[in-house]
Amino acid sequence: MSEPILMKGNEAIAEAAIRAGCRFFFGYPITPQNEIPEYMSKRLPEAGGVFVQAESEVASINMVYGAAGAGARVMTSSSSPGISLMMEGISYIAGAELPCVIVNISRGGPGLGGIQPSQSDYFQATKGGGHGDYKLIVYGPSSVQEACDLMIKAFDVADKYRNPVMILGDGMIGQMMEPVVFRDQPGEAAPDKKPWATTGNEGRKSNLITSIYLDPEVLDAHNWKLYQKYKRIEENEVMYESYRADDAEWLLVAYGTVARICISVMEKMREEGFRVGLIRPITLWPFPKTAFDEVADRAKGFLCVEMSTGQMVEDVRLAVEGRAPVYFYGRTGGAVPLPRNIEKRMHQVIAGRTPVVTECLDKNQGGGGR
Amino acid sequence: MNHQIIMAGFGGQGVMLIGTLLTYAGMREGKHVSWLPSYGPEMRGGTANCAVCISDTPIASPVVTEPTAVVAMNLPSYDKFSKILVAGGSLIVNSSLVRVENIREDIKAYRIPANDEAVNLGSERVANMVCLGGLLGVEDIVSIETAIEALPGVIQERYHHLLDLNAKALRRGYEMVRNMK
Amino acid sequence: MKPVYLRPKSLTGVVTHYCPGCTHGIAHRLVAEIIDELRIQGKAIGVASVGCSVFAYNYFDVDFQQAAHGRAPAVATGIKRVHPDRIVFTYQGDGDMASIGAAEIVHAAARRENITVIFINNAIYGMTGGQMAPTTLEGQVTTTSPMGRDHKSQGYPLRMPELLAAVDGAYYIARCSLHNAAHIGRAKRAIKQAFQNQMEGKGFSMVELLSTCPTNWRMSPVKAMEWVEKHMIPVYPLGEFKSGEGE
Repeated sequence: MSEPILMKGNEAIAEAAIRAGCRFFFGYPITPQNEIPEYMSKRLPEAGGVFVQAESEVASINMVYGAAGAGARVMTSSSSPGISLMMEGISYIAGAELPCVIVNISRGGPGLGGIQPSQSDYFQATKGGGHGDYKLIVYGPSSVQEACDLMIKAFDVADKYRNPVMILGDGMIGQMMEPVVFRDQPGEAAPDKKPWATTGNEGRKSNLITSIYLDPEVLDAHNWKLYQKYKRIEENEVMYESYRADDAEWLLVAYGTVARICISVMEKMREEGFRVGLIRPITLWPFPKTAFDEVADRAKGFLCVEMSTGQMVEDVRLAVEGRAPVYFYGRTGGAVPLPRNIEKRMHQVIAGRTPVVTECLDKNQGGGGR
Repeated sequence: MNHQIIMAGFGGQGVMLIGTLLTYAGMREGKHVSWLPSYGPEMRGGTANCAVCISDTPIASPVVTEPTAVVAMNLPSYDKFSKILVAGGSLIVNSSLVRVENIREDIKAYRIPANDEAVNLGSERVANMVCLGGLLGVEDIVSIETAIEALPGVIQERYHHLLDLNAKALRRGYEMVRNMK
Repeated sequence: MKPVYLRPKSLTGVVTHYCPGCTHGIAHRLVAEIIDELRIQGKAIGVASVGCSVFAYNYFDVDFQQAAHGRAPAVATGIKRVHPDRIVFTYQGDGDMASIGAAEIVHAAARRENITVIFINNAIYGMTGGQMAPTTLEGQVTTTSPMGRDHKSQGYPLRMPELLAAVDGAYYIARCSLHNAAHIGRAKRAIKQAFQNQMEGKGFSMVELLSTCPTNWRMSPVKAMEWVEKHMIPVYPLGEFKSGEGE
């Protein structure tokens, strides 16, 4: 164990990637993630790696495709509008089954939106985003330390399943400074040999990296093969944390930085005698359905809190399967749900007086209902 | 104690730096810490601020909406953040630039002519340290010694010849507030 | 008996999907012959683009990556940066490179990526069925310029070598034609130069090959060869536009 270092989230994520054996970074500037490419441009050459500032996010992700296909541990990072531009390449990477890590330090949309923290890219990250039947493995860290730990894990998991992995942070995770401890033995080493990689066919048959299968039977088989892989990931890679859920009647559900805010609400309401708990998904895909199975039968209700108009709440409803009512509270565009407003909404939920959406919007306090 | 502090001023006044220094000092004292900057266009010459949490328990949210202390180095910062300071909280106002009457009476307010004091010490650029010293004189967040020891960790090496000046500025602000108490 | 004509080792022998009279076959063979002659089959990595040459990897017996439309130079950049000692080439059509991938090719040149680019210009979109390409000639009839390309609304043909020669990072830029044996010989020499440059670490090299599309041009293969000479070469002059640091 080394000493804690005070680091900005973006820089810590970049350092964690290098410690995880990532030696190739391709990216394009966009706020609020610029410290990642800036850090990489300085540190990667020192570590014997390569940093390329590409002409666009479109080019960045395709450089990642090339480098991943050539067998390297490789990553890119961007923020929401840039990630949208990468969706084509991410679909190809998933289709060609290449391992890589994509960091999205997301900001408010749609369109150019704003540059403040947001969680409105949840659908894009967890439901595909690009074209075709594919899945990204998506982690939603809630602290700088967790972002580092998940970054290291992300490279291992990407290699294990030959699948792209996304770290879905937000401007807060990227910009805040917190103490970080880098483990002495970060993750598993990058595999020495990737026998499928394009390295030149000297002494073996030629390798091919592709996602085109024009024969319907072949493409069908390819898609079901991917599906089986995604099932294995669902079985093995789910991560979540439950806080005081054992005896909870009312459960908050939140991920990333919003979960931290919800913890403070939960603790305050516990002190006041309300049996409130919290479920914090860490893998946003695969979504931790089991966390809800453990509590849904006795829970009186769930309140999902997001920096969006309600995205993860759909997965919460699917996981709860009607066993208890699911409510929502959200702010968008960089407005952060305040503890007092979350608490107020929870009291309304408990009292059975959940307001309709328009009522909250009038007070500019964020929306959401049942 | 869970200190939630906002430090604000013009871009270039060094509020990010004193926020970082305080956070780093808190870490050195074994406390839970976080530092969250405002970012984006407002960093380009406008008003900048950062939120610092220093706590004996894990920090739930790095977002500070009800600060227990505010350092306001210019007027826009005073206008914006003195309003949301909790009752009984501490306000350090840079009175060299902020000349206001009728400060809220339910808070502990300290007017420090930070720019003037900094000029007397040798450089206007350490006005930020005078303010932070003032804050440490009124709120028991970290010790002034820890803050001074933490200076080399946050000031770039090419400015290390100015470490003493920064330390003096911290002490000056600290003493001024102590004498006002 | 001494064989006088064999399949290059770097071709697989798979029967191609190309139409009769299409010059992709000639271009493939030239590239494969050069790979054989330079003895780089074991270290060559190709990048296939989107267009008729999307299946190029079926025909070349070297490692290959299939890239998204227009992105081959970016994919090649990724590969080359990971394996600087391998020989990385892209094989792109005119829609792929001159239209949707215009940004990627210009910036690969600007970075002087040490890659080799083979650019097939047949003045039309072949795979999608004969639509107008950025290289379609003025007046040329395609399925999306049924009255003939009119520069007033559809712009002018794009000359990629002339454009790329203006980029400081580009090292070697040439345009050749595949319409007869003499020109095929010259094309082969240019392609060889483009690969040798990479082996010597000289940097970005691109060869445009004027090619035919008898099917979508609605011509016999022989007429198509004549059309290249008569109509394309006047718009797309042949030669080396840049070789080396200078110019």
